Amino acid sequence: MNPRRKKRLAIVGSILIGIGAVSGLVLYALSQNIDLFFTPSEITQGKKETGLKPSIGQRIRIGGLVVPGTVKRDPESLKVSFKLSDMTMPIEFKDSDPMVTVYYEGILPDLFREGQGIVANGTLAEHPPTGLSIEASEVLAKHDENYMPAELAEAAGQKHDKTTYSEKQLESKKTNSY
Amino acid sequence: MWKWLHPYANPEVSYHFTNKLLPWLSALAALFLGIGLVWALLFAPADYQQGHSFRIFYVHVPAASLSMGIYFAMAIAAFSSLVWQLKLADASAAAMAPVGAAFTAIALITGAAWGKPMWGTWWIWDARLTSELILLFLYLGVIALHNAFEDKNLAGKAAGILTLVGVINIPIIKYSVDWWNTLHQGSTVSKLGKPSMSLDMLWPFIICFIGFSLLVGVIICLRFRNEILARNSIRPWVRELVQQNTVK
Repeated sequence: MNPRRKKRLAIVGSILIGIGAVSGLVLYALSQNIDLFFTPSEITQGKKETGLKPSIGQRIRIGGLVVPGTVKRDPESLKVSFKLSDMTMPIEFKDSDPMVTVYYEGILPDLFREGQGIVANGTLAEHPPTGLSIEASEVLAKHDENYMPAELAEAAGQKHDKTTYSEKQLESKKTNSY
Repeated sequence: MWKWLHPYANPEVSYHFTNKLLPWLSALAALFLGIGLVWALLFAPADYQQGHSFRIFYVHVPAASLSMGIYFAMAIAAFSSLVWQLKLADASAAAMAPVGAAFTAIALITGAAWGKPMWGTWWIWDARLTSELILLFLYLGVIALHNAFEDKNLAGKAAGILTLVGVINIPIIKYSVDWWNTLHQGSTVSKLGKPSMSLDMLWPFIICFIGFSLLVGVIICLRFRNEILARNSIRPWVRELVQQNTVK
């Protein structure tokens, strides 16, 4: 390689390394803020590295798995509440896991079901009997990366039913809408 | 070591090479895309929780990974153009940028259309979606720079530097779902070990993916050929070519 090319190679190489280093440091510094949501254990115990804990009344996003058996729906309206626990592999639900209750009023996304990953957006509150809770204004379903035909899923003991709504529940939305 | 590559630094040789390559690439692309899309959209089994909506996967995933792949190829071209000052490398980068931008847009639009019914929202500012949007802006910036200068060499240099600066975004897009928690799910196909998909859903995907890659190859070849002609329009061989084609 002739000296001019060598020089250009050095310049381009150092630009690349410099930018790599800078963005690596920026991302490392911001890594706490790039996370889309808090997990239930981070809300109750604080983040692992920094101990950062959201305060009551703060607007946050929470992400976790819907604990089976905790989904409660009001038969008269679209009010729904459920508990979230951390997404850990393999999926196991224990009573001792940190849990946060989510209160929401509205239509749930198609993928919502017990055991599904959920991201909810709302304000953190404390209800003395149930502990920490989120009053959510938005509930999003998080899809896992698994795709399966229905027959195969059934064989593996997995089923998905869309949440259905009665006339009465849908009616309440119209009267409550602003 | 590089001797076999040297003839292709000549625009005329490259032009005729792409000419020979094109019919083969086009035929293969049509074959793979035809089989793959029909299989994927009509015959692959529906997903147990998403139903038929999951079929958008067969377009979304190839478009998204090709949007990153094209950018990487463009970065390699920009690198060799900056270091070895190959004019053809500039031409190929200019040919690739709009194709990459189109595939990024396809990935974003199909993703949004899927996200609305499945997640419950068209858009969320999570790490994966945001970094993919930045990729679109990078492409647009590169296209703009290629067209901003009268002097094609200067334009290539400016666009090349932007391309190389932006290449840092590629690993960020790829690993965003592993490094941070995001609403976007992790990789299904390109992970070590077993893909999280049953085989009768995976096969049409592989064929679609090869089909879309070949389609990208065809479009880039066409654009590359045009770039070569536009940039060498005063050369005798181009004039001869034009004359031959007009006489017919």
